[in-house]
Amino acid sequence: MEALIAVIIGVLTACGVYLALRARTFPVVIGLTLLSYAVNLFLFITGRLSVGLPAVISDQAVGYADPLPQALVLTAIVISFAMTAFIIMLALKARAELGTDQVDGRLDAEDARDAPGGERG
Amino acid sequence: MNHLVIAPVLFPLFAATLLLLLRRVIPLRVRRILNLVALVIQILLVSLLVQRVAGGEILVYALGNWPAPYGIVMVADRLSVWMLLVTSLLAFFAMLYAVRGTDAGSRHFHPLFQLQLFGLSGAFLTGDLFNLFVFFEILLLASYGLLLHRGGANRVRAGLHFVALNLAGSTLFLFAVGTLYAILGTLNLADLAVKAAATPPENLGVVRAAGLMLFAVFALKAALIPLYLWLPAAYSSTSAPVAALFAIMTKVGAYSILRVYTLIFGAEAGPVANLIGPWLLPLALATMAIGTLGVLAAHELRRQVAYLVVVSVGFLLTAFALGTEASIGAGLYYLAHSTFAAAAFFLLADMIAMGRGTLADRLDPGPVIANANLIGAFFFIIAILVSGLPPLSGFVGKYMVLNAAVDLPSMPWVFGVILTAGLFGVIALARSGSLLFYRAEGVIERTGTAGRHAIGPNWGRLLPIIGLLLLCVTLVVWAGPLSDYTRATAEQLLEPGVYIRAVLGDPRSV
Repeated sequence: MEALIAVIIGVLTACGVYLALRARTFPVVIGLTLLSYAVNLFLFITGRLSVGLPAVISDQAVGYADPLPQALVLTAIVISFAMTAFIIMLALKARAELGTDQVDGRLDAEDARDAPGGERG
Repeated sequence: MNHLVIAPVLFPLFAATLLLLLRRVIPLRVRRILNLVALVIQILLVSLLVQRVAGGEILVYALGNWPAPYGIVMVADRLSVWMLLVTSLLAFFAMLYAVRGTDAGSRHFHPLFQLQLFGLSGAFLTGDLFNLFVFFEILLLASYGLLLHRGGANRVRAGLHFVALNLAGSTLFLFAVGTLYAILGTLNLADLAVKAAATPPENLGVVRAAGLMLFAVFALKAALIPLYLWLPAAYSSTSAPVAALFAIMTKVGAYSILRVYTLIFGAEAGPVANLIGPWLLPLALATMAIGTLGVLAAHELRRQVAYLVVVSVGFLLTAFALGTEASIGAGLYYLAHSTFAAAAFFLLADMIAMGRGTLADRLDPGPVIANANLIGAFFFIIAILVSGLPPLSGFVGKYMVLNAAVDLPSMPWVFGVILTAGLFGVIALARSGSLLFYRAEGVIERTGTAGRHAIGPNWGRLLPIIGLLLLCVTLVVWAGPLSDYTRATAEQLLEPGVYIRAVLGDPRSV
C-alpha cells in the first residue's frame, strides 16, 4: 500500500510540475490543481497508513490513527480550493484583458491566426 | 494568560468584518475614517504589547487553553512585536495615502486592507508551523485582491505570475510541513526545536531536506535570488499605497527565515544545526548584486524602487546570515528603516508619475512637474535615506551591519558587495533625479487628467510621506534605545532555550 500511495503522489506531482511550467494559463491552472491534490494526499498519509483504526479514544482499540493530519488536510483542501477558484477567475480575466492566454501576455503565432484583426500586440 | 497577545490578530479581523458588512450601508468617507481609526487602535494595541515584552518576557497565549505541544499557541516575543510595530505603523501611513483616492472604485479595498493586516499579524505571532502556512495564505489572498485593485492589463499580467508562483510556493510549504510532521511528530515551533535536536541519524537526511524546502519557500516570499523575479513587475504595476504596504511582505519571508533558522535549525540544534549557514550569505550577497544591476537598468522609477526593495532584502539577509548578536540586531534595525523608506519612495514615485502626464514614471526627460522644488527636495531626502548616506537612518543601519562584520572571516565579501551596491545605488538615483528634475523642459504638457491641479501643493498626499520620513528620523534620533531593543531581540533569538521553556513550560528542553 505504501508503494502504491508513493507512486500516486509522485506521478501527480510530476504531472503537476510539468503542466505548471507550460506557457498557457489553462495548463498552468490544471498543473497547480494537480500539485495541490498531490500535497493533500501527502499530508493525509503523514500520520502513517492504517486500516480500520479509530482516530478517537475507544476501549476496544488496539491502536489509533493519527487525527492531526486529517485536520491539517481539511484546512489545506479548503485553502487550495479557494486558491484554485481565484486563479481560474484571474486566468479568465487575463484572457479578457490581454487578448491571449499566454502567461507572459504576448501574442504568439496561434493567437495571431485565431484573431486576424489582432486586438492588441 | 494574557489576552493582549491575540488582540493584534483578532482586532483587524473584527475591523475587516465590520467594513465588509457595512460596505454598502455607509458612505466611503465614513469607511475611510473607520479604517484609519482601526489602524490607530491597532498601533495602540501593539504599543501595549511592546511595553510587556521589552523586558524580555515571552508571552504565550494558548488557544482554548490547551497545553502547548497539543494545542495552538500564539507567542509574542521581542521579534514578533517589533515586526508588528513596523507593520502597523506602515499600514497606517499607507492607508493615509490610499484615502486620497486610491481606495475608490471598489468596495472591497478597505476590508482587504484589514485582512492583509490580519494575515501579517497572525504570521508574526503564531508559534506553530501549520498556522504560519495558514496565515501566509490569508495575507497572500488579501494581497492578491489588493494587487489587482482597479485592474488594468499590466496589473493582471503581473498578478497572474504572482499568484501562480505563490501557489507553487504554498504547495512546497505544505510538503515541507508534512515531511517535518511525519518524521518529528509535531508542528509547534518550540517542540519542533526540541525534537529536531534529537533527530536519530537515520532520519537526518529527511529532516534536512524538509528544512531546506522550507528555506526555498521563505526565500520565495523574501524575494531572494533566484526567486525574486516576480517582485519588480508586481510591485511596479500595483497602486502606490499597496506597493507601500507590500514593503513589509518581503520582510515576512525574512522574518520566517530568522525565526525558523535560529529556533529549529539554530546553533544549538545538534545534528541539524546551522542548516542554511552555507547558503544564506552567498545568496544574500548575490541578491544585493543582482538587485543593484536592476536598479541601474530600470527604465521606470517605480521599477527602480522595486529593485531597491530587492537590494534591501539582500542587505537584510546578509545581516541575518552573519549570525552574530550584533549583526542580527543591526539587521532588525535596518528592517524597520528599509520598510519605511521603501514605502515612502513608492508613494513619492506615484506623486511624480501623476505630475508627468502620459510620460508617467518613465525615466525620460519630460515636462517640469508642478511643485518640482518641493517634490525634488523629498526625492533628494529619500534618495539619501535609501542609499544609506549619512546622516539618516539608512546610514546608521548600514554602519551597524558593517561594524558587526569587521571581525568575521567573510568580511571582504560583505564589505565589497555592500559598499559597491551602495555606490551604484547612489549613481542610479542621481541619474533618475537629474532626469526627472534637472533635464526637464520648461513646459507642462496638459494631457488628460494629469495636470497642475492633479498634484498641486498637495499636502494631503505629502502628509503620509512626511510621516514615514519622520519615522526614519525617529530611528536616527532614538537610535540608541532602539538599537538596544533590537540587540536584545537578537540576544533572545540566539538563545532558543528561553523560547522553548516559555512555550513548553517544562524543563525537559535543552
